[in-house]
Amino acid sequence: MSETTAATASRLELRNVSKRFPGVLANDSVDLNVTPGEIHALLGENGAGKSTLVKIIYGVLHADEGEILWEGSPVTVADPHAARNLGIGMVFQHFSLFEAMTVLENIALGVEKVSDMKALAERVIEVSHAYGLPLDPDREVHTLSVGERQRIEIVRCLLQNPRLLIMDEPTSVLTPQEVERLFETLRQLSVEGVSILYISHKLDEIKLLCDRATILRGGKVVDSCDPKQETAKSMAAMMIGAEVRALSRRQGSASQRVRLEVQGLNLDADHAFGVSLRDVTFSVREGEIFGIAGVAGNGQNELFQALTGERIVHIAQEIVVDDVPAGRMGVAQRRRLGMCSVPEERNGHAAVPEMSLTENFILSGYRRMKLLANGFIRKEAAEEIARRVIKEFNVKTASVGAMAGSLSGGNLQKYIVGREILQDPGVLIISQPTWGVDAGAAAAIHQALFALAENGAAIVVISQDLDELLTLSDHLAVINLGTLSPGMATADASISEIGLLMGGLHGMTVHRPNGGNTDVI
Amino acid sequence: MSFKIEKRQELDLRMFYLTPVLAVVLTVITGFLLFMFMGYDPFLGIYYFFISPLLTGYSLAELGLKASPLILIAVGLAIGFRANVWNIGAEGQLTMGAVAGGGLALALIDVDAFWVLPLMCIAGTLGGMAYAAIPAFLKARWDVNEILTSLMLTYVATLFLSTLVFGPWKDPMGFNFPQSEMFGESATLPIVLQGTRLHLGVIVALLVAVTGWVLMTRAIIGFQIRVVGQAPAAAAFAGFSRKRMIWLSLLTSGGLAGLAGLFEVAGPIGQLIPSISPGYGFTAIIVAFLGRLHPIGIIGAGLIMALSYIGGENAQVEAGMPQAVTGVFQGLLLFFLLASDFLARYRIRREIAVASTTAREEALAR
Repeated sequence: MSETTAATASRLELRNVSKRFPGVLANDSVDLNVTPGEIHALLGENGAGKSTLVKIIYGVLHADEGEILWEGSPVTVADPHAARNLGIGMVFQHFSLFEAMTVLENIALGVEKVSDMKALAERVIEVSHAYGLPLDPDREVHTLSVGERQRIEIVRCLLQNPRLLIMDEPTSVLTPQEVERLFETLRQLSVEGVSILYISHKLDEIKLLCDRATILRGGKVVDSCDPKQETAKSMAAMMIGAEVRALSRRQGSASQRVRLEVQGLNLDADHAFGVSLRDVTFSVREGEIFGIAGVAGNGQNELFQALTGERIVHIAQEIVVDDVPAGRMGVAQRRRLGMCSVPEERNGHAAVPEMSLTENFILSGYRRMKLLANGFIRKEAAEEIARRVIKEFNVKTASVGAMAGSLSGGNLQKYIVGREILQDPGVLIISQPTWGVDAGAAAAIHQALFALAENGAAIVVISQDLDELLTLSDHLAVINLGTLSPGMATADASISEIGLLMGGLHGMTVHRPNGGNTDVI
Repeated sequence: MSFKIEKRQELDLRMFYLTPVLAVVLTVITGFLLFMFMGYDPFLGIYYFFISPLLTGYSLAELGLKASPLILIAVGLAIGFRANVWNIGAEGQLTMGAVAGGGLALALIDVDAFWVLPLMCIAGTLGGMAYAAIPAFLKARWDVNEILTSLMLTYVATLFLSTLVFGPWKDPMGFNFPQSEMFGESATLPIVLQGTRLHLGVIVALLVAVTGWVLMTRAIIGFQIRVVGQAPAAAAFAGFSRKRMIWLSLLTSGGLAGLAGLFEVAGPIGQLIPSISPGYGFTAIIVAFLGRLHPIGIIGAGLIMALSYIGGENAQVEAGMPQAVTGVFQGLLLFFLLASDFLARYRIRREIAVASTTAREEALAR
């Protein structure tokens, strides 16, 4: 990126920006140049330094070294307030919205000075229509889909007339149709001269949308390219630094033996913004991987809890594990039956961050691996098996005494998945197996799941990542508003069909009479 | 200009064990200044408070006598605190333990048999457990805050004891004083150090602390308690029942508090009177934290807090200081402990004021 000729004055230019955290150099002399009206991709694996870099641009973090030039002149961005005054807007990956307030109230909270709510409402309607992002200012946020919530964030930025819009992984929670609509908006903004800095690791999207891509790896700019001239594979190679290892796809299961049968499962939401499960039915055979797709917040958490026994359902027959009705059983009893699980959230749910890796093995493994003698923990045996997980699943850590919270996301996830697989489960329920995990670890985890299925386990994978499900599963179904679509063979499934199922009743308010809940996401 | 509190990047483990020492040192320094401003000789005040109680065999035995209920109760409380169950009502459970065990002693006042005392110990423990079962039930069933229920029940318990000793259990030969008959010989704790008041309870307290230590570090039940306290969702994932931990920790701490209460009435007091404890149940909360919720640390912390009782009495007698001096020192110690713990985890930075939206976004961006 050194060819910053004066032909096109850049909107934003970074020179030699470095940022150090204790033990890590998150950004290492990064140069970046964004021209007016350009859609510029910032591409890299998790931990490559993308988020740190945009936080520096938006004033959330401050660079240790280097310069920021805004429209040609050096600036210091003290905080997000200063960034907004310059004309920089940012849509975060995780929304900052108050569920119980209206769209307008949420927008008013983010706007610098609000004098007249009525005028603001008119502007919201005006702006949202001009950019194809229809929003009703008076709706309460908890009744909106994720896509609509994102629109609030975008409109909130657009009200400030930004000249640079930063989007952090905006499509990770959207249906394919919503992605399409978002891209139209972004293209329109680009035509109007707004620069867009687009952070993603989804190569197909970048190819479709972006004019230029800067690739980060290990905090450094390693390359830049025109995505339209590249293939997804060549960009992945730049991003990862090596050819992507192909998965060895196994044969689908031929067995007819059903290991997990879910029949008419119902479970009421346990809090105001939860989702009730309604008549969920599916079955998973020996050696089969069953995928559950869906946009976040459509009942995946509730389904995970019901399947694993974290919440007990009313009728035992609704969940049958190896011909044993298990619906009324708790976690411990289900584990005894051979059902293991990996929750989505690593820190605090699948693992205790302040405890050692050994202790974190004991957490879920002491029953099946017989780590107790008269109620006392067999420390040596526990350490030995923790060491086995580290070795067999290639977890990078100093020792089994390391705190779980000190491991990187990918390493901890490998440890957690390894912990469950070593317990030789008959049924494995795994949620978001590779969320926030680097490509190397993701491939290792996928391979481990394949091997487990080959040994005869039945696996349920709950994931928002459609690509992952298409890679992993033999059959898949889509969860929407707590109901599960009929299962379909992955080989016969079409992306657009899945996308439509994911969208479901998207965009409409559904007031459910049962239980008085208004659960739409 | 404003002040901002931020988390320290790395937690220094040494600080975790150093802060209790620091708190004690700061308390002594503050005490010194306090004595000075009150017009006492500060050196003499410190001497009477902290040093002279350690100089004679008898006062050392008194130290053990006062430390044992504190240790007994604090070990139980620490188990609950580790599981995030906050039993603040140990004083009430102590009282009810004394009522149950002491009531048994009164009923068997004419019986002279070896089994009377063990039976009283069981009754005392059960009394404390039963009283702690009320907040346990309310929390497990309806998620009622145990801090409030256990604390409020303390006052019910002390009034209940008063009702008994002012009424039905009053000694008919006691010149109308609000006190019961003196317990019989077989209902009194044996003395372990002749010539002092140090009784069997001190050995029980040490045994309980060691047992607590082994269970918390080596047994699966201690592991489960720690997981429930540190990461409730992980406990649910592992299948550790939160309700079971609520019952377990409240019954354990209630039972031990009840036993401590029984030891008071069957030991140094020897009868039931309206006030059987100088607030051991509350002081034990400080002991538990000063000892880092670790049973062995609690033994040391129990001795330090016992010193504050004896030193306070000493300062009253020898230097004519007010009775409140004990409470002031206990309060100072807790304050310094909490403050230095806080500063070990966070630091305070001065910076230029920023708009509130910034702070919000910053928090979200993390």
